[in-house]
Amino acid sequence: MFTRILIANRGEIALRIIRACKELDVQTVAIYSEADKDAAYLQFADEAICIGPPNAAQSYLNIPRIMSAAEIADVEAIHPGYGFLAENINFARICEDCGITFIGPTADAMQLLGDKVQARKIAEQASVPVVPGSEGVIDKEKEALKLAEKIGYPVLMKAAAGGGGRGMRIVHEEASFHDAFDSASAEAKAAFGNASLYLEKFIAKPRHVEVQIVADNHGNAVHFYERDCTVQRRHQKIIEESPCPVLNERTREQLCQAALNIIEQAHYTNAATVEFLLDKNKNFYFIEANTRIQVEHPVTEMVTGHDLIKLQLKVASGEKLGLEQRDIHHIGTAIECRINAEDPDNNFSPSPGPIEKYIPPGGPGVRVDSCVYQGWTVSANYDSMIAKLIVHHNSRPEAIATMKRALQEYVIEPIKTTIPACMKILSHHLFAKNRIDTHFVERHLK
Amino acid sequence: MTNKDPNLKKIQDLMKIMKKNNLVELEITQGDDKIYLKRAQPNETPSSVTHVPVISHPVPVAHPTGDTVPKEPVTAEAGKDEGLIEITSPLVGTFYAKPGPDSEPYVETGSHVEPDTVVCILEAMKVMNEIKAGMAGTIVSVMVENGQAVEYGHVLFKVKPD
Repeated sequence: MFTRILIANRGEIALRIIRACKELDVQTVAIYSEADKDAAYLQFADEAICIGPPNAAQSYLNIPRIMSAAEIADVEAIHPGYGFLAENINFARICEDCGITFIGPTADAMQLLGDKVQARKIAEQASVPVVPGSEGVIDKEKEALKLAEKIGYPVLMKAAAGGGGRGMRIVHEEASFHDAFDSASAEAKAAFGNASLYLEKFIAKPRHVEVQIVADNHGNAVHFYERDCTVQRRHQKIIEESPCPVLNERTREQLCQAALNIIEQAHYTNAATVEFLLDKNKNFYFIEANTRIQVEHPVTEMVTGHDLIKLQLKVASGEKLGLEQRDIHHIGTAIECRINAEDPDNNFSPSPGPIEKYIPPGGPGVRVDSCVYQGWTVSANYDSMIAKLIVHHNSRPEAIATMKRALQEYVIEPIKTTIPACMKILSHHLFAKNRIDTHFVERHLK
Repeated sequence: MTNKDPNLKKIQDLMKIMKKNNLVELEITQGDDKIYLKRAQPNETPSSVTHVPVISHPVPVAHPTGDTVPKEPVTAEAGKDEGLIEITSPLVGTFYAKPGPDSEPYVETGSHVEPDTVVCILEAMKVMNEIKAGMAGTIVSVMVENGQAVEYGHVLFKVKPD
């Protein structure tokens, strides 16, 4: 196990990693920008180093400054958290070159699985169904048109170099193809500097289901079952749960095995999440892999009882996983609500500012992953997520009841948060009956 | 802005005494009056030009208690001394006062600097970055030790502008 690591991140995930390290007796070095200098979680780390001004490019995304901090603090490894540099191949390579362990996959594995087009190829090699689509990027409209005919409308155009819903267009018929192609390319170019698109069959009313995997450097990989992340708004997840409430055991087994096959095919190590779409008929199709620990990892931790961050540290330090697939079980249902500092009555516009009153929920089955507290000021410089509220109970209806109770208890004032929006979703009859898809929020929540 | 308040002068004198004697905490109780001052920890003095582990805790600012003292938080390091400009570190790295172990330091207390005068080297990832004064003035204090690890924003020098 490492003696000392640096955490190249901030906020709740930095605190999450510090917590795991404390329990493993690993010393922690936190980095911070001037915007975060008063954050209480920094005091919980063994050391804290200021690396720059508030803007991310000069702090949390600044590789030279982070590497300097790692050097002067004399750390053996860096945990990148999620977001920021967590999936930056260059950063992973630089860590390798500097003899500092990157707590995640190798740069090569990250490159292979992180590239959407490459990842599809790996999935096909692993005999995993993929959404029918282009084998590679499409630059020429004529090519794209021919392929769309072959796949069959409706089709989805996606930016090859990015995500987050930008550069995406759904085309229902040939007549709309030209305009969609032009605007998708332009948007992709503006957002990611790369106009390349790829094409996929558009699956109507899908559920989003993902499988958590951890692999060690000794050839062992296990899955920790799946999470259902269908409740999204503008392709950003709001609510996640485990297990997926509409899967039967047989499909679950096939899905999780498919994810393992992809990870093994890519010779991937450390934590990853393999994402699929589930259509109305419970067929699953691989869409992409996330080569990092994810925001919603606590959901899996609650149903399986395993600490994923500790496992990341364990495998990164060269130890064996020490787990067989038969050791991993899922018990009950866990649900997570992401709480953002956004105003749901004002188109979810950001609501930064000081938190004057903060009372988190508690009681049986409730877990709050957050770095905020009374007196914290939500900065406008970073992501608007301020807390993750996770509940775990024996059954889905009980978990929903616990979540609603916890949301009622949760006080964060005077800033606006998405707590009321989460409550609406949890109370919706379609959510309770599992009759939702990825467009549920847009359709039913104004 | 000069403040003729005798209590503020008393606190400023105490700050000077603390700094001169390298004190970190000072508490004085006189009847019902109490003053408590705390300085940011001075980093250990290395004996050679090798890097030392950084000690960079964000240090809480001490608030003096009692009615007879001003409300502003007081530390020996925070806040500019009247009219002095701070040269702060633009990066994370190791501070070197001299170009080489056997050389003279780039600047010392009393040295006059111009905007392009190199005041120190900050080593980051084996790259020696020459740091320029960026202003014309006289070095009043050198705030760091040779070989000390510094973070972004760390005060390196206090300069009296021309």
